[in-house]
Amino acid sequence: MILEFFNYQFIVNALLASLLGSITAGIIGTYIVTRRMVFITGGITHASFGGLGLGYFIGINPMLGAGLFGILAGLGVEFLSKYRKIREDSVIAMTWSFGMAVGIIFIFITPGYAPNLMSYLFGNILTVSNADLIAMAILMLLVLGLFIPFFRIIQFITFDEDYAITSRIPVYLFKYLLISLVALTAVMYIRVAGIILVLSLLTIPQNTALLFSNNLWKIILLSIGFGILGSLIGLIISYVWNIPSGASIIFTLVLIYLVGSVIRNLHTAIRVKRQR
Amino acid sequence: MSDYLVELKDITFGYREHPVVENVNLTIREKDFIGMIGPNGGGKSTIIKIIMGLITPWKGTVTIPNQVEIGYLPQYQSFDNRFPISVCEVVLSGLMRKNGVLAHWSRQNKKLARETLEKVGMADYAHKPIGELSGGQMQRVFIGRALISQPALLILDEPATYVDNRFEKELYQLLEQINNEVSILLVSHDVGQILTSIKSIACVNRRLHYHPSNQITEKILASYDCPIDIITHGPIPHRVLPTHKP
Repeated sequence: MILEFFNYQFIVNALLASLLGSITAGIIGTYIVTRRMVFITGGITHASFGGLGLGYFIGINPMLGAGLFGILAGLGVEFLSKYRKIREDSVIAMTWSFGMAVGIIFIFITPGYAPNLMSYLFGNILTVSNADLIAMAILMLLVLGLFIPFFRIIQFITFDEDYAITSRIPVYLFKYLLISLVALTAVMYIRVAGIILVLSLLTIPQNTALLFSNNLWKIILLSIGFGILGSLIGLIISYVWNIPSGASIIFTLVLIYLVGSVIRNLHTAIRVKRQR
Repeated sequence: MSDYLVELKDITFGYREHPVVENVNLTIREKDFIGMIGPNGGGKSTIIKIIMGLITPWKGTVTIPNQVEIGYLPQYQSFDNRFPISVCEVVLSGLMRKNGVLAHWSRQNKKLARETLEKVGMADYAHKPIGELSGGQMQRVFIGRALISQPALLILDEPATYVDNRFEKELYQLLEQINNEVSILLVSHDVGQILTSIKSIACVNRRLHYHPSNQITEKILASYDCPIDIITHGPIPHRVLPTHKP
């Protein structure tokens, strides 16, 4: 039955999407989690819905509009928080709901057939096209291209931004580049998991990884590993029991997290016992 | 090479309409050891942040020759203590300015990190995550981060916060020792502890009054308008500074 599973092109595409997506999300998600910007990412993802609506209205690829809105929302929040005169969480909440509102208005006033909103809210990894895969591969290369050479600087900026500024590092250039990649990653994942479920893929594998390591590189590698594992098992469950794939992948990721934390706690308990 | 490391000219800065520091002038030269004292809210940390480029002043100029390496210990740590980073990595981050954005650590850098950790007594903790240390231990690591680049100028904003008395004494001995090669600007609300090693004093209370070395007279204590109290008994070495000119 498993062999039969690989016979379908859409399954092969789904597997490739899991692989490429897990690498990108493993890296970007680690940045999001360690810099505690999960809420910002939620805001960006939802704001991108405005771009999606605009895309439908003016007749361009809705994902392009979503990407553009996502990047603008991310840059806007980073830019405003630079001046520290605003309450960042309030601005995020406003961006979040405003983007959704704009999207709904555009879709409502677009004449003709209303698109299937459900597919954007919940995504579907089984409908990933070859063009989507190419976009995912390009994004992965961009992320690797920034993180491999500048890994240490990104680590230091994330750890202590003020100190990085005093070290004459172009901190804001890096932050703007990174937030743009966060936005693109979130938007890319809308195809796979949908607006509502994107956050899970960028946070659950990372938190599982944090159970086992304090080393940033290892956390990234473990996140990628847990991401791939969760997507694979999730896809199989989705196929066997005929459950929507986004939901089954997230369910699996949470299950892996729970198993991980049990193992972690047992390990600590054994170590404490030995020390006595 | 210029004859100064840092020059502040007519610096004014404040929040909203209220100036916190006004017309501040300060020149830091080689082998200086300046103690900066003054009341809370007097503008000590603001001046430091202006030197470090964290704040842009309303008025005035900051000149730092390009090649001058500065080691900096902020008063309040702005970091997230659950961030996954080891003690050794934190100390190495002090080399960011020297190494540039493509920083990868050489074997020499790592050796330097080990030596620096020895100096601040944290060598045994090199691979611990920063979040597992106590406040005083973290402070030592951040002092290490300021020292590792072998700076020409070391700026320490309240370094004695969180650390115990023993390390405080060790720290002042270390500072005295490196002052042979390094200029030091030390901010403290309680300068009494280190008066013997300090060469000059900057009193900051919105304005800055600079007292070069050897201005010590007993009678001036009474009119001392930097509102700090130093009460001691017995033969404690001390200095008293002249009254500020209006």
